[in-house]
Amino acid sequence: MFDVTTLRKDFPILDRQVHGRPLVYLDSAATSQTPQQVLDAVDRFYTHYCANVHRGVHALAEEATAAYEHARGRVAAFTGGDPRGVVFTKNATEAFNLVAYSWAMERLGPGDVLLVTQMEHHANLVPWQLVQRHAGFDIASVPVTDEGLLDLDVFDEIVGSGRVKLFAVTAMSNVVGTINPVAELAQRVHAANDEAVVVVDGAQSVPHMPTDVHALGADFLCASGHKMLGPTGVGMLIARPELLERMPPFLGGGEMIADVTVQRSTFNEVPYKFEAGTPVIGEAIGLAAAIEYLDDLGMDNVRAHEEQLISACIDALTGIDGVTVHGPQDAARRGAAVSFAIEGLHPHDIGTIMDREGLAVRAGHHCAKPLVRSLGAVATTRASFYLYNTPDDIAALVRGIDATKEFFGVRNVR
Amino acid sequence: MTEDLYHDIILDHYRTPRNRAAELDGSHVHVHHNNPLCGDELDLRLRVDNGSIPTIDAVAYDGEGCSISMASASAMTEAVAGRDLADAEDLAQNFRAMMHGEPVEREDDLLDGIAFSGVAKFPVRVKCALLGWMALRDAISTFRDGQDSSRVVHEEPTL
Repeated sequence: MFDVTTLRKDFPILDRQVHGRPLVYLDSAATSQTPQQVLDAVDRFYTHYCANVHRGVHALAEEATAAYEHARGRVAAFTGGDPRGVVFTKNATEAFNLVAYSWAMERLGPGDVLLVTQMEHHANLVPWQLVQRHAGFDIASVPVTDEGLLDLDVFDEIVGSGRVKLFAVTAMSNVVGTINPVAELAQRVHAANDEAVVVVDGAQSVPHMPTDVHALGADFLCASGHKMLGPTGVGMLIARPELLERMPPFLGGGEMIADVTVQRSTFNEVPYKFEAGTPVIGEAIGLAAAIEYLDDLGMDNVRAHEEQLISACIDALTGIDGVTVHGPQDAARRGAAVSFAIEGLHPHDIGTIMDREGLAVRAGHHCAKPLVRSLGAVATTRASFYLYNTPDDIAALVRGIDATKEFFGVRNVR
Repeated sequence: MTEDLYHDIILDHYRTPRNRAAELDGSHVHVHHNNPLCGDELDLRLRVDNGSIPTIDAVAYDGEGCSISMASASAMTEAVAGRDLADAEDLAQNFRAMMHGEPVEREDDLLDGIAFSGVAKFPVRVKCALLGWMALRDAISTFRDGQDSSRVVHEEPTL
């Protein structure tokens, strides 16, 4: 296990004050903070070997290319994937769009079902809706139970039809933290239709627990660099290379071609076929440093640390009068995004008062409106934890909730 | 800064709402406004004295939402009760101008509504403060059109 007090020193931002109070950062599910090691790696790129990749023959270009490809290898190793299947994108959202336009639009048509769940982030809903207009398939959804789990009876019924050709599911909910049994679900989808693919949203799971794309049964895995200690502006698609080989390009331009005439082009091999133009070089190098940081800590240790925090947080919040924690109550079944409600108070009011206390929490629908709606809410307040959070942060959250209730005089509402 | 947003008068209207009721005896028009981004829901009912100069005889609001939206609706009802329809519309225009940081001519007529001037510094909360006033304008135009109800969903700027 790692020592949190020591590793917090790697994160310069954790020393800052907000409204005259020490920052308590509880919004890592939106964006994680960046350790000095990542900042240094990005800095080294720009101060020592800044160059475009895969082009020039000079030393800087070769060093930049080596570092960029090293980053690809690092992502592959971290997720159990093949480097030829790793495509750098600008974020996880772009990775979903790539699969939507280059796989779903080509392979799905009338009569096919694209299955999502009610728990998905808009990034794993809207791209499918956009290509549905052209491809004409049906979109079905797995509902969420009152406990915040997927309704597996409905899942089995829909998958049993044999019509599901793409199943898009999150490995970990960004709102209620639920860890879905992706491996088991993927196995059932593949068994019911051997042409089907499984697209896994790893934006929340990859930063917080060990990931093995094969064990998950994921044909495509999408994740995001800035939620796992990396810089903003870099996302990842981890795909089976043989699928990428059969897919048309998503974006066109330089880098992704083999030959070009004014009339037609032939395309580069994978994964370069999907990286049009100058790629996210500095960002990918920063991401590699973030992965190295996580590997040094050990993802099992990161998960164990967070499980302790989740358990303590749920115990603390459910002990407060008028507070309800959404989703699974068992820390073993959930990740570190903890959404809660305070009776009689709107999340935007809660978020504003918490901010005054130095607490950064998220208030809103978390880009997951179907799920938030299923909770019977229009918005939630979410505290989310990462490896640098401590039990002190949970104590601060409890004080923030008390302060908010006090401020609005909750007893008198309605 | 937070004090600009949560002025004591605003908190007072939130904790002790005025003219908050699920029904209004003899109501002529009922509008329902929804702001899906925040999830604020507001019902506004007017009873109109339809004489030579139609006047708001009674007004009631109900709903669910953040403190700013509910308190603003409460303050609005006090400011417009007893005013003729054109006058109330003009006052709504004054409130809107204030929310956009423009000078306000009828400061005194807004009554407690003036306490919301600080909300203009919080762009994401402006629409919360405006919800009740937008419902009022809609209720008046709905009444003038000879209708008795209206439902409005305020568009979301983004996903």
